[in-house]
Amino acid sequence: MTLSLTNPKFRARLWQGLLVVVLLVCLWLLVANLQKNLAARGVELGFGFLSGPAGFDIAERLIAYSAESSYWMAYAVGILNTLRVAILGVLIATGLGLFVAIGALSINPLVAWLCRTYVEVLRNVPLLLQLFFWYLSLAALLPENDAPLTLLPGVFLSKGGLSFPWWVDGLWEVPELGPFGMVGGAAISPEFLALLGGLSIYTSAFIAEVIRAGILSVPKGQSEAAKALGFSGWQQLRLIILPQAMRVIVPPMTNQYLNLTKNSSLAVAIGYPELVSVATTTLNQTGHAVEAISLLMLVYLTLSLLTSWLMARFERASRLKERT
Amino acid sequence: MSVIQFEQVSKWYGSFQVLTDINLGIAAGERVVVCGPSGSGKSTLIRCVNALEPYQAGRLTVCGTHLTDDLKSIHEVRAKVGMVFQSFNLFPHLTVLQNLTLAPMHVRGVAQAEAEAEAMRQLERVRIAEQAQKYPGQLSGGQQQRVAIARTLCMKPEVLLFDEPTSALDPEMVKEVLDVMVSLAQQGTTMICVTHEMGFAREVADRVIFMDAGKIVEEAPPDQFFSAPKHPRAIDFLSKILAH
Amino acid sequence: MNPPRAAGPTLAQSLFRGRLNTALTLLVGGLLLWFLIQFVPWAIGHAVWSADLQACREARGQGACWGVVSEKWRLILFGRYPFEELWRPVVACLLMVAAVLAIARREWWKPWVFVSALFAIVFSVLLMLGGFAGLSEVPTERLGGLSLTLLLAIIGNIASLPLAVALALGRSSDLPLVRAVCTTFVEVVRGVPLVTVLFMASFMFPLFLPSGMNPDVLLRVGVGLTLFSAAYQAEVIRGGINSVPRGQIEAAQSLGMGYWLTQTKVVLPQAFRVVVPPLVNSFIALFKDTSLVTIVSLFELFGSLRLALADPEWRPFYVEGFLFVALVYWVFCSAMSRYARGLERDFASARR
Repeated sequence: MTLSLTNPKFRARLWQGLLVVVLLVCLWLLVANLQKNLAARGVELGFGFLSGPAGFDIAERLIAYSAESSYWMAYAVGILNTLRVAILGVLIATGLGLFVAIGALSINPLVAWLCRTYVEVLRNVPLLLQLFFWYLSLAALLPENDAPLTLLPGVFLSKGGLSFPWWVDGLWEVPELGPFGMVGGAAISPEFLALLGGLSIYTSAFIAEVIRAGILSVPKGQSEAAKALGFSGWQQLRLIILPQAMRVIVPPMTNQYLNLTKNSSLAVAIGYPELVSVATTTLNQTGHAVEAISLLMLVYLTLSLLTSWLMARFERASRLKERT
Repeated sequence: MSVIQFEQVSKWYGSFQVLTDINLGIAAGERVVVCGPSGSGKSTLIRCVNALEPYQAGRLTVCGTHLTDDLKSIHEVRAKVGMVFQSFNLFPHLTVLQNLTLAPMHVRGVAQAEAEAEAMRQLERVRIAEQAQKYPGQLSGGQQQRVAIARTLCMKPEVLLFDEPTSALDPEMVKEVLDVMVSLAQQGTTMICVTHEMGFAREVADRVIFMDAGKIVEEAPPDQFFSAPKHPRAIDFLSKILAH
Repeated sequence: MNPPRAAGPTLAQSLFRGRLNTALTLLVGGLLLWFLIQFVPWAIGHAVWSADLQACREARGQGACWGVVSEKWRLILFGRYPFEELWRPVVACLLMVAAVLAIARREWWKPWVFVSALFAIVFSVLLMLGGFAGLSEVPTERLGGLSLTLLLAIIGNIASLPLAVALALGRSSDLPLVRAVCTTFVEVVRGVPLVTVLFMASFMFPLFLPSGMNPDVLLRVGVGLTLFSAAYQAEVIRGGINSVPRGQIEAAQSLGMGYWLTQTKVVLPQAFRVVVPPLVNSFIALFKDTSLVTIVSLFELFGSLRLALADPEWRPFYVEGFLFVALVYWVFCSAMSRYARGLERDFASARR
């Protein structure tokens, strides 16, 4: 290979070589500083601390956990809590979004206006503000702990949350009124309700736009042909328009699902113990900022990749067969 | 002394061979028309001349420079070769005048006043000087292609390449572009033209080259080629396009 | 002779065609009416406008207490900025907004306008911070409210653009290593929530810097926001670059233009026309995302509201406070949204 600057292969190697050198130098500097600063604080770099006892309790959890459990368990609880709100949120937001999208396309001008206003208002106000609003309102409006509202036999609503019958240690328990509030059974905290409600409603506005754009992208001739064949409005939508709209809808929809999952991190502000909240507590207690935050980022990256992969498979399945 | 010399040139796209052992010499001032069925490699052939496509085997010499991967050789060749595209490829965000002066000013370092004067001269040559301040989007296809030709001429090339210049035009605009190309040919410019316009070939070409499946299959002066083609593929091709 | 007027459905016809439609109209209309009847008297009729705590308490449940805004407006708009120097953030905000509006006018898309706008914005920031030309220095903790939101949003978006262009070009590069580095950066940043980036900026950045160097939290958060925003903008710009037809690059190459000349004179100008509407959307997203810096103890618009509501006397009137701040956000964001839609329409029609 001629070592001349006009040889494209040489230039490629030169530029990339320079890039490698610059990156390595930066990395070396950063790591050197890191070690010096950590030494000054008496903290060592390493993930060993994660097996130590967490020392803090987590109010809401899907699996067995106590203050003596390790930090790994705390992270596991956090991840499960994040997944809980993400999966439910995605389901509710999609359903709500579909409803609003269809409403926005309605021939009834009042319904269409209402749906469009819904989208316009929710999309232009920050999520954090909406979450706090739901949380504070829920805290104010929920009945006091000593006078819960009975929604169904055994299902109660109070400031302690939504209590319902569930298995506890193998026994089926129905919640009852105790000295400080509902005891027994299981409960969904007001924080979770506020987070789920706020996230779902916020994301549904974006999903409504995505679905509406998808439906509008299907050529008008399709609905004309469907009408000529005698399909009713609902049948047209369900059998002809929506299946074709799917191709256009799936990529931006994936984006919205990812956004919802990432936005669940705002729960740290209203006190729902999902992953970020657990990581922050860990960070504050142990001083292992780098490890805690890296672990946090790793989990979110994995979730993002997983969601993208799932949606890509769904998109492939819904693709139209074209002449190759 | 040939201006362009292909020696055993071959080219592959991955494992698919698109040019096979091309041997071709083009002399200064010669007007050559390349034709053939789609997929025969004719566009690829001329795109190799100004290094828009690299080749893997053989040797290609353009205007005295041996053309390789080396950026210096590519730069030298492109300074002497101009190309007119099927889809015009004018810069839509610049006026016609700016389209013509961009390269001379920034590649050759020509002063703006001089570049604009030359640009106006070329625009007059292609008979479109009054559109100098318009944007390409405001012109018809035929006008755009003439501007594209003027843009190439501003760089004073020794060789002009035409890649199906009239194929994207509405029929009534084909003549205005062909007229410009004929006048260029009559002024002695070296031209290689990939085209289906057989009338143009008959009028202007010194040689017609017929390609099929990546090979040069027949080469002859136009009278001979159109009246008495020898190769069966050439006969087949001509019967299809001259049928109506 | 004029053609007869097209007989499209009138409003009344659309509202009441068919049983389902009529039912919906009555239902939705009824709900809206009920809501208005509850809301308007509360919000306007019986509302208390002055910062009179006693009157507010008496009007609870009947009328809105907009007094919370009259009382706390300085905190909400300017944070804890020193009272005597309040003219500085006012001038700075007006200047920044004017600069952004100037850039927004399509007729003014010329280099000198961009450069002057940039100078105006930098000057505004310096004006707020002070420490030169006789202006007292104001510590960054005192910055807050709407002025801080504007500062973070505008600086974050503008500072991220050059990085975003570099990342976009890098991702489209032929050099595999360059492509890998840029892709990794963009995908990692896009895969994590902004909260984690802010935490990184807050807790991790100082650990990586030479000991003794402890940059301001505002600077760190600004850098974090810039990097975050750059990753998203890079994707938008890359889409724009990909939308430029390959023939444009070939034409430039045939004319002898090299890589950088082609990118700056032919590709990027065309790409930018396409990407401005989605870039405005990304601007809107960052504007809303500035609300998250409360998590790292900077008190921008929303954070200042929460600070204001920490006052126990005014705490019960959080609804009015929230509505006011939501309105402010809505005004800014929907204006930008409308602008982006207008641009999209113009570009679509121009591309006949």
